[in-house]
Amino acid sequence: MYGRKVKLRFLFVALILVSLILTVFLVLKSLEENVVYFQSPSEIKALSELDKKKIRVGGMVKKNSISVKASEVKFIITDLKNEINVTYTGAVPNLFAEEKGVVAEGFLKDRNFFSATKILAKHDENYMPPEVKEAIGEK
Amino acid sequence: MFKLFQPNKIFQITSKAPKYILFLFVIVLSIGLTEALILSPEDYKQSDAVRIMYVHVPAAWISLGIFSSITFLSISGFIFKNKNFFLISKSLAPSGFVFNIIALVTGSIWGKPTWGTWWAWDARITSMLILALFYAMYLIVWRIYESEEKVFKITTFITIIGIVNVPITKYSVDWWNTLHQPASINILSKSSIHSSMLFPLLIMTAAFALFSLLIFLMKYNTELIKIKNKGLDRI
Repeated sequence: MYGRKVKLRFLFVALILVSLILTVFLVLKSLEENVVYFQSPSEIKALSELDKKKIRVGGMVKKNSISVKASEVKFIITDLKNEINVTYTGAVPNLFAEEKGVVAEGFLKDRNFFSATKILAKHDENYMPPEVKEAIGEK
Repeated sequence: MFKLFQPNKIFQITSKAPKYILFLFVIVLSIGLTEALILSPEDYKQSDAVRIMYVHVPAAWISLGIFSSITFLSISGFIFKNKNFFLISKSLAPSGFVFNIIALVTGSIWGKPTWGTWWAWDARITSMLILALFYAMYLIVWRIYESEEKVFKITTFITIIGIVNVPITKYSVDWWNTLHQPASINILSKSSIHSSMLFPLLIMTAAFALFSLLIFLMKYNTELIKIKNKGLDRI
């Protein structure tokens, strides 16, 4: 029902799309390390060699782990399997709290100790009014 | 099916509709803003900062939606050699670009008080920036080439490359670790946003969609006037 040229143009567009998707997929697959914004403590534990470069570690701040001495903040990032101790000097974002998401940027001292130069708070996708949160908490 | 697109009939609609759409837009926007800024509750964690969401999220949705539409129309226009499809894409693009910029800027303003940074090179944010670059390329091509044939081909090519980025933007938060939180609204599963906050979000989305429609109709009307002035009676 359509002319030969129309079909050929359709084929042309389809081929470009398929090859592009494949290319982008392969590129992203091979660059995966750089696409992820942060690594979890478990991934840090599994590293074969420690990098001197600046990296980011993310996870949840462990309950009762934050201790503040003068301007130094110490806390533990956990992904519920593994943990990493973080030290940081400076101001923390408003949403930084225990049992909440956090991303720390800085340098690894070893597999268990991390000295952060920057702390970012990561919040989750749940939005609700405070009353609702309280009601859920009481259950 | 293409006979439905008769310039004179379309022109009648595009020259009269903007008035009514503008009226509707003002009403929906005022309801949306009242809901979002005054009536909706504050978030348990972010308190009032959550209100940026009512601008940020609809803007991001619409910019992604418009880019997908532009791609679909450009490819159809390219395959069926239909000039009208290209003119519709051309008229849609500016509002998509503007909403893309709004999403980036409000995201940055939201990021500072919540995450503690204006900008992060995480997958969601970077892919949104790439989308803005594709919008910019698309719009520039319409201005630099005189020959329509050339513009049609190049813009189609740009949209085809750009469209690959759209699903990456959408799913980046699920595929990789990102600073950006995952989607709160899912079609298939229960949304993780409370209904009192979902309602203003949807109203604001409707308002922004109406605004895009308004700008689209005005732009498209101009294109039709240009064709009329050239003395061509068909698209």
